[in-house]
Amino acid sequence: MTLLAVERIKLFSTRSPWWCMLAALAVTCGFTALITGTSGDDYPVSVQTTQFASNFGLMVILVMAALAVTTEYRFGTIRATFQAVPNRTAVLLAKTGVVALLAGVVGEVVAFASWGIGKVMRPSADLALNSAADWRHVAGVGLVFAVGAVLAVAVGTLVRHTAGAVTLLLVWALLVETLLSALPTVGEKIQPWLPFNAASNFMLMGGTPPPGASVVSQPYGPWGALAYFTGVAAAGLVITIVVANRRDA
Amino acid sequence: MIEAVGLTKRYGRTVAVDNLSFTVKPGRVTGFLGPNGAGKSTTMRMILGLDRPDAGQVRIDGKTYHQLDRPLRTVGALLDAKWVHPNRSARAHLRWLARSNGLPNRRVGEVLELVGLTSVADRRAGGFSLGMSQRLGIAAALLGDPQILLFDEPVNGLDPEGIHWIRQLMKRLAAEGRTVFVSSHLLSEMAQTAQDLVVVGRGRLIAQCTTAEFVDTASETSVRVRSPQLDRLREVLLRKGYALHVEPGVDGNALVVTGSVTSEQVGEIAAEQDVVLHELSVRRGSLEEAFMRLTGDSVEYRTDGQGPAGPAAAGSEDLMVAGGVNR
Repeated sequence: MTLLAVERIKLFSTRSPWWCMLAALAVTCGFTALITGTSGDDYPVSVQTTQFASNFGLMVILVMAALAVTTEYRFGTIRATFQAVPNRTAVLLAKTGVVALLAGVVGEVVAFASWGIGKVMRPSADLALNSAADWRHVAGVGLVFAVGAVLAVAVGTLVRHTAGAVTLLLVWALLVETLLSALPTVGEKIQPWLPFNAASNFMLMGGTPPPGASVVSQPYGPWGALAYFTGVAAAGLVITIVVANRRDA
Repeated sequence: MIEAVGLTKRYGRTVAVDNLSFTVKPGRVTGFLGPNGAGKSTTMRMILGLDRPDAGQVRIDGKTYHQLDRPLRTVGALLDAKWVHPNRSARAHLRWLARSNGLPNRRVGEVLELVGLTSVADRRAGGFSLGMSQRLGIAAALLGDPQILLFDEPVNGLDPEGIHWIRQLMKRLAAEGRTVFVSSHLLSEMAQTAQDLVVVGRGRLIAQCTTAEFVDTASETSVRVRSPQLDRLREVLLRKGYALHVEPGVDGNALVVTGSVTSEQVGEIAAEQDVVLHELSVRRGSLEEAFMRLTGDSVEYRTDGQGPAGPAAAGSEDLMVAGGVNR
């Protein structure tokens, strides 16, 4: 508990997390408003369409989570941290926990705010949260943000440099996964096993497929997709903890 | 009490710290002296469990750093004053440190007061001058009221007032019975504050003794002689195996006999040979010269064409300071 409090103080006593949270909210809600505003009879607004922009928010949250640890390396405070608490595993778990929790809360706020925007702008559209799938489309965003934050903290700790970690995360999530999915013949087989694709599969599977999106049949259900994404993040965290314990601070 | 036994740290093929053993006792200021790149900071990081030794170990009151429960209460350290998030206030920086070791929030205010940063405590630490950062680092070191304190080059880049303040602080901490271990590359600085010395060069132990002993053994004495029969005296001294050289001066050539030699020996030899002496004087080398000679082989970064004992241009300032210290 002490360590969670320590990491909370550290996170909130600098400005970048606040900016990132604001940016995540602004970017996501802004795009949702655009999508809803440009929808019409051809593309009716659904629960899912209100959540299309959540990926933008996720990218900002990845940056925030990576920064939470790379700035510690950048400014040497990681040494002060390990000096105060030599148990590095405990430190990293506490940091990951705090960042993931915050990311999860931001995710929920972003998701329900986006859904609310849809409801306000298109009162006639069917945006009621009736099914379990509807709830997953909205509330699931927080889970994906939280797990994504774990992965980003792991990558940040491994890479230690802000630019490197952020580039790696964003290039992977935005470019590499898209390109690999687009490979002829094998792309479709790889796609479900790309972590961020699995994450968006979890959020979007079931319900009415979004316009233009090709929903390929997946080897797992939505919760299997989340479990896979979580597994990747957890594996990354384990590797990171082992490495951080071995190397010099 | 800090005990290092056989500490070794390698970075690739470079051996930064080589089988280093020493003890730092409580109630005294112990200087950790060595040229830049001698492995002082690496050793301090190993004491704090930040770097992992390739061999050997350090014990703090019999325990390794990782075995310490709430270590800030046992060991306080200032390794680098810039290890603070620039956008975090001094108070917030100390607050998370205090929280991590179960120290009351009241301690934060106390140490801020102690180092004189109360008025700027809520400003972002990134805007601090080096002196202020250094004070914040010392506040962090004192937070847990530890019995053992480590300072890495604490006076570097400080103005005279800051230097004076840190010297007084270290003396006071030692007088309170604490173990104070402070590194420096300046013997003159250590001669001001440290009672004991651990001297290193290229990661190896050169000496562990009191500062007084080190100064006595390190500052080489030489004997200067002037005589109208200089050539004769020179031959005799050379035959007896003394190291010497001729030094031209305004009052004619003089002989400078170096090595373990006393003025008595030279005077007696001259008397045996019926050589008239115009001058027979003992000269003590400066502390910095002596230090450079002792660690000369172990200076890692050296400019070409400059012997280890040569008074380097950059070192001339130190030499002058040393002159004042040297009795």
